[in-house]
Amino acid sequence: MDNKQLEQQLKRRSKAAKLEIWGRTISLTALLLIVAVVVAIIGFVASKGIATFTSNHVNLWDFLSGKNWNPGITDAHGKPEVGALPMIVGSFLITILSAIVATPFAIGTAVFMNEISPNRGAKILQPVTELLVGIPSVVYGFIGLSVVVPATRAIFGGSGFGILSGTCVLFVMILPTVTSMSADALKAVPRYYREASLALGATQWQTIYKVVLRAATPGLMTAVVFGMARAFGEALAVQMVIGNAALMPSSLVSPSATLTSVLTTGIGNTVMGSLQNNALWSLALVLLLMSLVFNLIIRLIGRKGRLQ
Amino acid sequence: MSKKRWVQGLVLVILMALGIYAYQTREVSHAGESITAVGSTALQPLVEAAGEQYTGEHLGTFINVQGGGTGTGLSQIQEGAVQIGNSDLFAGEQKGINARQLVDHRVAVVGITPIVNKKVGVKNLSTNQLIKIFTGQITNWKEVGGADQSIVLINRAQGSGTRATFEQFGLANHRSKTAQEQDSSGMVRTIVATTPGAISYVAFSYVNKTVQALSLNHVAPTEVNVTTNDWRIWSYEHLYTKGQPTGLTKAFITYVQSPAIQNTLVRQLGYLSPDQMLVERDANGHITKTGGA
Amino acid sequence: MNSKTQNKVAIGGLYGIAGLVVLILLALLGYILISGLPQLNWHFLTAPAKAFLKGGGVGVQLFNSFYLLILAMLISFPIALGAAIYLYEYAKDNWVTTTIRTAIEILSSLPSVVVGLFGFLFFVVKLRLGFSILSGAFALTFFNLPLLTRSIEDSLRTISDVQREGGLALGLSRWETVTRVILPAAVPSILTGVILSAGRVFGEAAALIYTAGQSAPALNFADWNPFNISSPLNPMRPAETLAVHIWKINSEGIMPDAKAISSGSSAVLVLAILLFNFAARYLGKRLYKRLTSA
Repeated sequence: MDNKQLEQQLKRRSKAAKLEIWGRTISLTALLLIVAVVVAIIGFVASKGIATFTSNHVNLWDFLSGKNWNPGITDAHGKPEVGALPMIVGSFLITILSAIVATPFAIGTAVFMNEISPNRGAKILQPVTELLVGIPSVVYGFIGLSVVVPATRAIFGGSGFGILSGTCVLFVMILPTVTSMSADALKAVPRYYREASLALGATQWQTIYKVVLRAATPGLMTAVVFGMARAFGEALAVQMVIGNAALMPSSLVSPSATLTSVLTTGIGNTVMGSLQNNALWSLALVLLLMSLVFNLIIRLIGRKGRLQ
Repeated sequence: MSKKRWVQGLVLVILMALGIYAYQTREVSHAGESITAVGSTALQPLVEAAGEQYTGEHLGTFINVQGGGTGTGLSQIQEGAVQIGNSDLFAGEQKGINARQLVDHRVAVVGITPIVNKKVGVKNLSTNQLIKIFTGQITNWKEVGGADQSIVLINRAQGSGTRATFEQFGLANHRSKTAQEQDSSGMVRTIVATTPGAISYVAFSYVNKTVQALSLNHVAPTEVNVTTNDWRIWSYEHLYTKGQPTGLTKAFITYVQSPAIQNTLVRQLGYLSPDQMLVERDANGHITKTGGA
Repeated sequence: MNSKTQNKVAIGGLYGIAGLVVLILLALLGYILISGLPQLNWHFLTAPAKAFLKGGGVGVQLFNSFYLLILAMLISFPIALGAAIYLYEYAKDNWVTTTIRTAIEILSSLPSVVVGLFGFLFFVVKLRLGFSILSGAFALTFFNLPLLTRSIEDSLRTISDVQREGGLALGLSRWETVTRVILPAAVPSILTGVILSAGRVFGEAAALIYTAGQSAPALNFADWNPFNISSPLNPMRPAETLAVHIWKINSEGIMPDAKAISSGSSAVLVLAILLFNFAARYLGKRLYKRLTSA
């Protein structure tokens, strides 16, 4: 065997190396595909949403701070009434409230599933949570309409439609998602953390509270954001119980509206390219931007948690 | 070549052969003619049922009927993306639509009536009272002779055909104040039936024993009163085409307008046929008498 | 309060919370099943729907739901898997990766009606796919990708780095480590993610109203040639799914038994997901055994 052949053999990529390149390319392609999808949808929403301000000449500030939402009608100054503030407030309130209610329940359940009774957790809780994710939002909406709304009306008065009913429905809707993601986050905490803590003489609760939950904080945060994201984007169920009136919420039991509920009720009744339609896309854009802000905040919190 | 590879190859070849066989033996006639109708969800059941009957009688045709809302229907027909746009409104009433390109085919008449929760204790209102209720000047049912119960307004979504018709003819062009909105008749009926003090409006076909339909100025919401325009809150259901229809589109629209459908399906679904009407209304709301009476 | 009583109280509290959650969930399931199960019979499960008369079934819708789910999963799972592998195993932890992750998370919070309208304008109108199963499957893919990618990435994260180091130390390339060591270990967790997202896809209505459409032409279940318009397998036919059907009859349904059909359909949906869940769990266990012990 002369030197040249040997050199060639040595320089030739091994089968494993070829496979490596191949695998890397494929997975990168998949990622790029998703990025393309994301860019396409965001671009699409943005281009439609911005048209309200560029081609219909709506003042951005009027849009964000106005309290009247009647895109088909012009006000005394000849400007269309496209104040989105009631919906923005409604969306924020309902999302934050339902997250506040759902978080302790979800994390508590996840801790139970993972730390206290893994057996029962795997046998009962996990299948039930997974099952619930699949119930369509329409069904949640109808249960809300036939159970939650009358209950709210009986206890707190008013018509029963409003943010409180919406929160109740959303709480149950996001519970499975947050729970199962929190459980995953807890699972990711290495076993020896717990062992070390217990070996130091800490009780089970101290271990859970001071070690496991701390270590899992970023993961738990993500779970909560995911729940909030779902609450934020949820349309059909909320729309049925919130009353869907574009008014500033004066109390938790007065009919109000969210960005998504107005978006879904209106979108089929407007003509593409018209101001009414563009204004609805602007709401979708606000939705996008708001979830961006949420994400950034949570990322900051997560980073801080890791540094400490 | 390993055994696994070999099996994989074989499976692939068999799949391809099956695919080619399936393509060769497909029923060619079905690929022939197909049209799509999109738009109003209220009109969808009628067009769908008519489409099923038509394709049953004319094999090899396919009529695809979808909802999406009047706005979607009109924008898609304007763009030429579909063959028929279903609409609850005159195209000219919808903002952003150039009605001149579109040809109107009226296929049904729908009457709309105010409905209230059964415990309200009111069965008749004057137009004036109705306007005051929907503009928020009357807020309790006892002011119009009913129970001591505050009024809960429920509107259809902005831009909905039912709402536009109701505001134009029921409220004499007054705009309802901002209140709860729902985007479908079924939801409106459920909510009115279960919410004390609720008032809203739906097409006649959605009225059932769970809600109370109101008379206006002592005129009852009946089909006979619609045909004479004594009951003024009604509108046409339209199929719009871009330019004059041709081929299957034309045949299908003619079929829907024929007595075979007008006397059966249209009536069964709770609509009136335009043939029954003794009056005619144009896009601006002007009434002309046509029939004998 | 010393730490022992504190421990007891806290653990007791956790029992309480978990019990309450189970109670809520069971009440919910019970409500759906109790109101829906009496409607179920063979006729209901197999008959086609009726537009305005009573006695319609959900046979076609049920089939459509499964078919659409399988198609959507076939398209989205490989993409999500690849993307998650790249994100977690290859990508450096820099701002580009962070931006991509954020973008994916934002996408998952968009209301599905927006995804549906995008699908409508892009697939149905622009690509001329029409109201079809294919358009619906693509829209569902869009809707599903962020969630699935995210959950697969989390599954990869639960596999400890020791396994990766072990693989690399044996002289395996990174790709081989991933496919031979990491993925088999992550299968049960990935499967959970897939079931979760399949559940969401199965119950999704808003994204499909404008893409797969809301009419279900009668199918000829004797004709399995995918090129025939009445064949169940034809991906180009409009297909109303069970969730869309529930939405439709609740909003505009004028058949006299709309309420019964709607609760019956909800029960079917829940039962289908239940079955699906058990099947997937069983498969996952078998798969895990085969992949790890071999």
